[in-house]
Amino acid sequence: MSKNAVAVVGVGQTHHRSSRKDVSMAGLVREAAVEALEDAGMTWSDIDAVVVGKAPDMFEGVAMPELYLADALGAVGKPMLRVHTAGSVGGSTAIVAAKLVQAGVHERVLTVAYEKQSESNATWGLSVPMPFSPPLVAGAGGYFAPMIRAYMTRSGAPRESGHLVAVKDRLNAVRNPRAHLHMPEITLKMVEESWLLWDPLRYLDTCPSSDGAMAMVLGSEKVAAAAPNPVAWVHGMAMRSEPTMFARRDQINPQAGKDCAADVYRQAGISDPRRDLDCAEIYVPFSWYEPMWLENLGFCAEGDGWKLTAEGATAFDGDIPWNPSGGVLSSNPIGASGMIRFGEVAQQVRGAAGGHQVELKTGKALGHAYGGGSQFFAMWVVGAKKPE
Amino acid sequence: MRDVAVVSFSYSTIAKEQMRNEVEMLAPVITEAIDASGIARSDIGFTCSGSFDYLQGGPFSFVMGLDAVGAWPPIRESHVEMDGAWALYEAWIAIQTGEVDSALVYGFGKASQGNVHEIMSLQLDPYYVAPLWPSMVDLAALQARAYLDSSGLSERDLAEVVAQAMRSARDTPQAIRSGEPSIEELLAAPYVASPLRDADIFPTTDGVAAIVLAAGDLARSVNKRPAWIRGLDHRIEPHSLGARDLTRSESTALAAKHAGVASGPIDVAEVHAQFSHEVLILSEALGVDPSIVNPSGGPLAANGIMSAGLVRIGEVAQRIMDGTANRGVAHATSGPALQQNLVCVLEGE
Amino acid sequence: MTEPLVARHSLEYPGGYTRSVGDVVGRYLTGLRDGRIEGARLADGRVLVPPTEYDPLTSAAVSVDDFVEVGPAGTVVTWSWVANPRAEKHALDRPFAFALIRPDGADTSMLHMVDVATPEEMSTGMRVIPHWRSDRIGGVSDIEAWRPYKDGDPIPEVPPLPFSENMGDSVTGIVTSGRLDYEIAAGESTTRFLLGLAEGKIIGGKAVGSDDVYAASRGTDPTTGAPTSISVDVSDTGVITTFCIVNIPGLSDLAPEIPYVSAQVLLDGADNTFFGLIRGCSVDEVRMGMRVKAKWLDQLTTDHGSIEWWEPTGEPDAEYTDYKDYL
Repeated sequence: MSKNAVAVVGVGQTHHRSSRKDVSMAGLVREAAVEALEDAGMTWSDIDAVVVGKAPDMFEGVAMPELYLADALGAVGKPMLRVHTAGSVGGSTAIVAAKLVQAGVHERVLTVAYEKQSESNATWGLSVPMPFSPPLVAGAGGYFAPMIRAYMTRSGAPRESGHLVAVKDRLNAVRNPRAHLHMPEITLKMVEESWLLWDPLRYLDTCPSSDGAMAMVLGSEKVAAAAPNPVAWVHGMAMRSEPTMFARRDQINPQAGKDCAADVYRQAGISDPRRDLDCAEIYVPFSWYEPMWLENLGFCAEGDGWKLTAEGATAFDGDIPWNPSGGVLSSNPIGASGMIRFGEVAQQVRGAAGGHQVELKTGKALGHAYGGGSQFFAMWVVGAKKPE
Repeated sequence: MRDVAVVSFSYSTIAKEQMRNEVEMLAPVITEAIDASGIARSDIGFTCSGSFDYLQGGPFSFVMGLDAVGAWPPIRESHVEMDGAWALYEAWIAIQTGEVDSALVYGFGKASQGNVHEIMSLQLDPYYVAPLWPSMVDLAALQARAYLDSSGLSERDLAEVVAQAMRSARDTPQAIRSGEPSIEELLAAPYVASPLRDADIFPTTDGVAAIVLAAGDLARSVNKRPAWIRGLDHRIEPHSLGARDLTRSESTALAAKHAGVASGPIDVAEVHAQFSHEVLILSEALGVDPSIVNPSGGPLAANGIMSAGLVRIGEVAQRIMDGTANRGVAHATSGPALQQNLVCVLEGE
Repeated sequence: MTEPLVARHSLEYPGGYTRSVGDVVGRYLTGLRDGRIEGARLADGRVLVPPTEYDPLTSAAVSVDDFVEVGPAGTVVTWSWVANPRAEKHALDRPFAFALIRPDGADTSMLHMVDVATPEEMSTGMRVIPHWRSDRIGGVSDIEAWRPYKDGDPIPEVPPLPFSENMGDSVTGIVTSGRLDYEIAAGESTTRFLLGLAEGKIIGGKAVGSDDVYAASRGTDPTTGAPTSISVDVSDTGVITTFCIVNIPGLSDLAPEIPYVSAQVLLDGADNTFFGLIRGCSVDEVRMGMRVKAKWLDQLTTDHGSIEWWEPTGEPDAEYTDYKDYL
């Protein structure tokens, strides 16, 4: 049984900001959805199904928000799903939507992921103290910073490795009008002098808290053929999960990430990601995750991730730009961030990334999202050409 | 479309589980479903679950569910913040793509931990409705009255629904409520939210449920009589209660049409009716006689929030696998006053 | 038979959610503040009340240009009785009816409250009219309640608002609060662990057929889903596998003064790590491989806080090879 081909035929996203006080929740998602529909040359009545993704309901204090959003997203009379896979949700939502087309069940699917986390506070939302659970004394960064230290020990990476990423991604974001943080003046010295929050993570090594939404229209082969703008074909999609905690778990180079990458590369015919891809949008919420994920995703040998970053391989003008959009370090509406990664690589291979367009040689790019205790992974490879 | 079947089903319920947490409730039910499926845990292609953070009052409740699955080596896995019936939908789609041939689906929640009637107020329009805090029961009562007014039926008809459910539930081990109440004693009880009385409203239930799906030849090789999914569809209505026709379930009728309910005889139906009037509204929408609806007793007997919709599919599937039915329809719902509905048609070969 | 451990838990965002509302909802709420109910005329001529931002059937955007005043009187379409209003949730402190009310001129109905003394005074089709609060702020509770109305009777006055400088400004947001209360069960495995803490012991769990011991197990061996039914005593000494130095004040009530160390500790006899605070040495002295011991509270309880922190034992550091798989 072969899967039906599926393509991204429209992409839309909001201006990601620390708080979008000008819109309601519906207004926020609508903004991204309308742009995606227009890009796809469609109206609401063309859409067969809607798939919404969002991180925990507590961030906005609305339970099962797809119910309230049905009217805003043209879902009335249609199938509607709401995916929630922690931080990877934006990516897994795109995958669920694409599967509806691959399965041959629908031809045109709208998918939206969002967060309006300024209505509460992301730190609070992520760490609601639960009875009988050990108290989370050190915050979100306190969970990941010890792993970063462990990575530094294993790999021998110098202290500035993470800071290089913090600079690179913020400078990339200057090319992206939709990004939340615009810091054209950022330097390595600024990052090194920024507040040391969780040693070794400094303030500028961490992501902002943003309101924002991302939307895509996914279409079948027939729909792609009739699309008004270039499309991005899905060459491979995969998801993998592992438990949060178990004996001898490697949280720094998680098996689920490796397995997920191997699966998506196999589907997409990628044998050397650094060579076979034009760029990647990778979920890096703390700067050090770039060197760590370079290894986890097979862009280099284990222990060498920091060297790739230091060499400038992942810079905008490097041979394998990572996060040309500015990445999670520049915009982080938590529920949307995974879909922003997936949508941004679609834009890249469509040649539609505007000021942050990279040069296309292979016409393929990798989108990645992760969540939970580095345990949920969602990835896709998109290409300018239809897969064979 | 690939042929996909339910090959096993297991669930448990309890009014209020004080000793075990969700993982400890889930693990034996998942193990039982996997063992009964004939498919080894490590051979299951895809796992998908449904759960609801607000039942425990903290984020990421689905993550702990994974501890009951044995997700090592890493598995293909996903989650919806919806009833397990929609997790089954996602798993069915995964099998349709050909990526996998089997799936484990589960739903769970301990509704007794909080006030679920009040928690559901958070589903409502955050600007226009939620600030007034109408509960799940208040909204159901609005629909119940609208339905009685328009249909000409009465509270006695609702009591008949309750009585039938309670009688049927006597044979269901998972029933929290069952018995032989008389219509008079039902009608003599005070209102909780007029016109609904306590017996018209589901009992608070902690519940977990698991189903294993398998495709084509795999299903035939592990199960003598798989319950084939012949139709599966779901639809949603506008959110605002005042903009909907509360006397009918339009989205159920639409989903039933797309799922092909009417293209054959229906021997058995299980509807996710959490209130007595919903049995009547949903029976009409599905085009089935209420007398064949909810032989398990339905949610009026036991209603594990986030698993009860999946249980409806399981209960129909079980009767087909047992040979007591040949073709049936299962229904699941989400949202205030039946805003969103899923319909599944199942059949023996 | 062990008594289950159960605890109260509340979920409430301090101060309430600050919700920006956008133009359409803002215009409706501004109207409420000014004592006026409005609807939106849709493309097919129907008047939508309340005016949600998008047409329920076509999804077309509603515009403030399409607003029309409706009511003030209306008709009850359906109703239900709230015999026991909940304090801090319901706006009325006496029994009332929730109802779907269709204001005159509207084609849909809005959910609100009808204030009558008994349910016998409620009926589908009855006529009602809004009574307005004097302290309106631009929210749905600006209507205190609807009350029975006889057509032709005087319309209840809208009390004028006290003067304020920005009283003419449009409403741009609301704040919504509400606490949810829960009773959470610890679970069998966690209960065993916490009872152990109360006796100064650390109890781990192991599944049949596995050698892996999980300190503070949640009930299963996560790699197999098998229950950790075998209890195993675990030492209260172990090794720091990795850590970070926290330099952010006030992250939690339990956090000491900054800087402090939060570490992953691998206990002797256990196969998983968990987080703990490190004290009893300066932050600069903490290192991966350092051996530590639990500092127990004087008064032990069934709470994670029975172990206040972990402090160095002074023993030689563990070899990296001993703990490198447990980072």
